[in-house]
Amino acid sequence: MDWINAAAQGVLLGGFYALLASGLSFLFGVMRIANLAHGASVVLSAYLALWVLELTGVPWFVTLIVVVPLIAALGWVLQLSVLNRALERGGLAPILVTFGLAVALSSLIQELFSADSRSIPAPGLGEASIAVAPGLAIGVLPLLTFGIGILVIVVLQLFLARTRLGRAIRAASDDASAAQLMGIDTKRIFALAAALAMATVAVAGVVLGLRTQFTPVYGNLVLIFAFEAVIIGGLGSLWGTLAGGLILGLAQTIGAQIFPGYGVLIGHLVFLVLLAARPSGLLPKAVTA
Amino acid sequence: MTGTIPSAGFRVARSTRASKVGVVVALPVVGVLVAMPYLFPAGIQQSLVQLFILIIMGTMWNLLAGYAGMVSIGQQAYIGIGGYGLVAAANLWRVDPFLAIFVGALVAAIVAIPVSFLIFRLSGGYFAIGTWVVAEVVMQITSRIPGLGGGVGMNLVGMTALAPTRRIAYVYWLGLALVVLAVVVTYLLMRSRLGAGFTAIRDDPIASASLGVPVTRSKRLTYVVAAAGCAFAGGLLAISTLQVKPDSMFSVNFASYMIFIVVIGGLGTIEGPILGAIVFFALQQWLSALGAWYLVILGVVAVLLTLLLPRGLWGLAADRGVRLFPVGYRLILPAADVRRKA
Repeated sequence: MDWINAAAQGVLLGGFYALLASGLSFLFGVMRIANLAHGASVVLSAYLALWVLELTGVPWFVTLIVVVPLIAALGWVLQLSVLNRALERGGLAPILVTFGLAVALSSLIQELFSADSRSIPAPGLGEASIAVAPGLAIGVLPLLTFGIGILVIVVLQLFLARTRLGRAIRAASDDASAAQLMGIDTKRIFALAAALAMATVAVAGVVLGLRTQFTPVYGNLVLIFAFEAVIIGGLGSLWGTLAGGLILGLAQTIGAQIFPGYGVLIGHLVFLVLLAARPSGLLPKAVTA
Repeated sequence: MTGTIPSAGFRVARSTRASKVGVVVALPVVGVLVAMPYLFPAGIQQSLVQLFILIIMGTMWNLLAGYAGMVSIGQQAYIGIGGYGLVAAANLWRVDPFLAIFVGALVAAIVAIPVSFLIFRLSGGYFAIGTWVVAEVVMQITSRIPGLGGGVGMNLVGMTALAPTRRIAYVYWLGLALVVLAVVVTYLLMRSRLGAGFTAIRDDPIASASLGVPVTRSKRLTYVVAAAGCAFAGGLLAISTLQVKPDSMFSVNFASYMIFIVVIGGLGTIEGPILGAIVFFALQQWLSALGAWYLVILGVVAVLLTLLLPRGLWGLAADRGVRLFPVGYRLILPAADVRRKA
């Protein structure tokens, strides 16, 4: 039963990692850049939600109404002011710029909210669980996280595949100059994609705040886990990212079941082994995203 | 005559006037630096060792990013291996600490070879995060080995026989020698075929590969050299602070420092990281009272410099033809000489 329990927890944790990774995966799919400020943005969202909650006393899910638009707007502004220029420069510029943003953001968070570890209070939610079978209980919060993770990935995928705007984003991503000839303002489209990616970052941040004690530097870990999920799954594929998140979650919980205390390290090692065995990931570019 | 290139009369220049003046200026500067322990108190020497560590780290990071186009945020793996290697060899095997630094560098170079085969499968920003994962793995494994002090780390014990003033002076000289070594090795590497190959790869990777430039092999060699260089910086850090701890020796802050140093000073030149390290060191002293704001400022400065002044502060000088370490080939056409004579 321990093993089944570990596997169930691993799958649920994997849904969380997929949620953390969806914005990173989406942005890479559109712009071919790895956003090194991804983790810092997730943590910023968590702090922002906590701030709203403490200021107004609303329940945690209401904070999404404030946090999602604000962080999405931040993505829009950053793309238009900084990232589009970095993309034009090409080469190392996008990496260096997003790294600079990551350092500035996480230090700013530390100045504004102190280095203490915090979490978003959600009375009752953290402890609630559903007994599935004798000896196997599934927490409501992990289940909710899992559901949100799947939902975000499905919505992003459907948006890209089915909507007019999604088609414009794919066009701008595949061939920017051809898309411009077709009347697409690629800079605005990229700004829109960044806003959308940051909206998922905001959701991930609030969920992170509910699940864990976070600190200003927690973004480092978020970036690493999200990156591992993206690479295991295959670059440019949202379904792959979901699969990658599940594998990482399972590796960590089953690893911790075998060697208590070594879960995260085993997750890293499984990632490195998969990188050696399947460098292009599980579902490389399965869908143009 | 017009339209034909004269078979004789043009020449290829590898040095510049600035580089010749530079050698004349640099020798006395190095001379004064060598004499420092006789002239200045220990505190200044210890500060300069911190600066030397920054120069070595910046120079190695620039070797990776500025020449070979690889952005690493995981060089702290090798800084940590260098520091731990030194302390482990000195404490456990009773190697003289000043020789033990080579043990750390050797271990780092050996570790870097298999690691390169893994992370070279990634590119761009994902290469960067991949190097970071490797650094995390190395740190977590190190902090779980009881013989290496686990999560607490170790103190370097072999140095207590030396009187403090003597110890500080020796560490200072070691640091100075390592800075000179790092700069000279980078200079020689970039003047060699390897450097010419990287110039070709930067301009057109596919064309240069088809002309026989060994792209991956050149990158791997550079990666291994940079690993050894960062291990020297880590060894220097350990021998100057006399201790190693997992979270400080493998800190991702080192990656930030390296990036800031090179972005401020200028990517892809040998002078840039030296200048950048000096500016960064000064900023560290002046802005330390600001707490985390100083990293906010540095982060924003890095973004602005990347976009507005991508070749950094040294780029401003290089635009005026000042090159202290010329690694390229410049063609001097006779026309220019003729015009000068006329």
